[in-house]
Amino acid sequence: MAPSLEAPEPVEDVLSNPLKQKPQLVAPEPEHCPGPESEKAGTADSCAGCPNQKICASAPKGPDPDIPLITARLSGIKHKILVLSGKGGVGKSTFTSLLAHAFATNPESTVGVMDTDICGPSIPKMLGVESETIHVSSTGWSPVWAMDNLAVMSIQFMLPNRDDAIIWRGPKKNGLIKQFLKDVEWGDLDFLLVDTPPGTSDEHLSVNTFLKESGIDGAVMVTTPQEVALLDVRKEIDFCRKAGIKILGLVENMSAFVCPKCEHPGEIFKATTGGGQALAQEMGIPFLGKVPLDPRIGMACDYGESFFDSFPDSPACKALKGVVRSLAENMKLDPGVVMPED
Amino acid sequence: MSLARIKHIILVLSGKGGVGKSSVTTQLALSLSLAGHSVCILDVDLTGPSIPRMFGLEDAKVTQAPGGWLPITVHDADSSNGIGSLRVMSLGFLLPGRGDAVVWRGPKKTAMVRQFLSDVYWEETDYLLIDTPPGTSDEHISLAETLLQKARPDQLAGAVVVTTPQAVSTADVRKELNFCAKTGIRVLGVVENMCGYVCPNCSECTNLFSSGGGEVMANEFGVRFLGRLPIDPQFSIMIETGRRPTYPEGTLINGQDIATAPANTSSAQIVAEADKKHEAPLVQKYRHCSLAPIFGKITADVISLVQA
Repeated sequence: MAPSLEAPEPVEDVLSNPLKQKPQLVAPEPEHCPGPESEKAGTADSCAGCPNQKICASAPKGPDPDIPLITARLSGIKHKILVLSGKGGVGKSTFTSLLAHAFATNPESTVGVMDTDICGPSIPKMLGVESETIHVSSTGWSPVWAMDNLAVMSIQFMLPNRDDAIIWRGPKKNGLIKQFLKDVEWGDLDFLLVDTPPGTSDEHLSVNTFLKESGIDGAVMVTTPQEVALLDVRKEIDFCRKAGIKILGLVENMSAFVCPKCEHPGEIFKATTGGGQALAQEMGIPFLGKVPLDPRIGMACDYGESFFDSFPDSPACKALKGVVRSLAENMKLDPGVVMPED
Repeated sequence: MSLARIKHIILVLSGKGGVGKSSVTTQLALSLSLAGHSVCILDVDLTGPSIPRMFGLEDAKVTQAPGGWLPITVHDADSSNGIGSLRVMSLGFLLPGRGDAVVWRGPKKTAMVRQFLSDVYWEETDYLLIDTPPGTSDEHISLAETLLQKARPDQLAGAVVVTTPQAVSTADVRKELNFCAKTGIRVLGVVENMCGYVCPNCSECTNLFSSGGGEVMANEFGVRFLGRLPIDPQFSIMIETGRRPTYPEGTLINGQDIATAPANTSSAQIVAEADKKHEAPLVQKYRHCSLAPIFGKITADVISLVQA
């Protein structure tokens, strides 16, 4: 039966039953049903004589047995940060790659980037490792190293052809994300950045479920100034609240554009409702800063170069450094150690 | 099957998010309506529906009738001006609060897409435009499956694929073109959005996200290139505040001056006139947008492709 349009399933229910699905029942649930997903399904007193009893009894119960394995695998990682946004194309991947470059400027730190955008992976291109493949050994999958201290994992490395479409439904995507966490030899990392696709669906629920046990430091929200984007970001903040993910801060990307000819500041994506700053205030979350729109950022991403190295004096670079510093402060880290000034 | 009364179905797809699928859908709908066709929009972006915001319908609620769910009317047909009707349906209309997250896994999204295709009561319509979320996952698989099964072959006209010019974006959109090839959905053509921004002060055009990437991709895949759209902040102001687009004098679009204020009218009169026009339907205001003539050509192309 299709879900009713009137009453969407409460978010709390989805979050508390992360990966379990209601078994396919052959008859409607009886009045005193303990719930087909519950621990007592199929064994409770009221289950006697119910045509669903066998189905409910054999459905998998309890927490996912792989979660302790994931926790063990990730035990060497100090900080885990999610990069989220409800809206697509606001610069989640760009910001993730910039953040990775910023953290990696300290040669003492080791940084990992995990790309959970299965249908549109952008991280490999932005970090200049698009044509690499992963190596599988007896101990697990080795990530691709974009720099000496920057490891990357993405589905792009597993595709036979660069342009292949990944036409996968939810459960298959969840399986791959689990493998990224369980089977990849991340080793000892100072930071693991998790880039996500837009929306609030399978990928987000899975990342949250798998990482809950080993601890997530928090999430960075990325938005653009116009209300159409803020609308979706608001939903994502709502999701984080309900899932109990701490929000480390909100970044407003593509905020202003200075015409290179006449230096007239133009608002390309006009903040008719106050932009990211107003949203942060409204939702009571820290505002990390505004990053102006600089066509060279996009260019650096297309060529897989580090924007920090290529244009260290540009206003966008200075703004980004400010954002990284306030992020470090919100994580109670020393900004001077996270990103040393040269 | 509620799709029976629809003549042509067009999907608006992109592998990448934020490239302007919803704004292209909106403009395609407005242009088709201006060309006299009756149009419906179905928004299947379940976790981030933008279409209600695009038409200023965030407070609208869907009603149930014996024939199914009734879509929301943006404007009715106006035969004296040659404007066709425009109706929309979106998950956004069914949510209790505008900030509420819809946290759904795949199977639930699949069921919802199927229900949207079968239980909405569409009236006689020339074009149904389906706005999609980014990617090639549950919503897209379900759409393709359901449409290929249930729609008549002559109904499913094909897909308009949207991209922005930069390589990071076309890399994802290439995957979407391969998705169309695999599922047997015809690609009507590629639209390159956000190509260039004209400074309102000095008319210098800057390629914010480089340029030409969409056309190169279309040629590589042997699909039609429908055209490129610049960024026009006036369009988003019109969407967000309902103000009719106004341009400074000397703004040339395809060699035609589209400046709105004639030099001899007093400014007070212009303001009064502008205020009156706030009440005008979106489709009338869109006529004054610099993107309208560009999109008119794209729409004419799409119509001829669909009817060929």
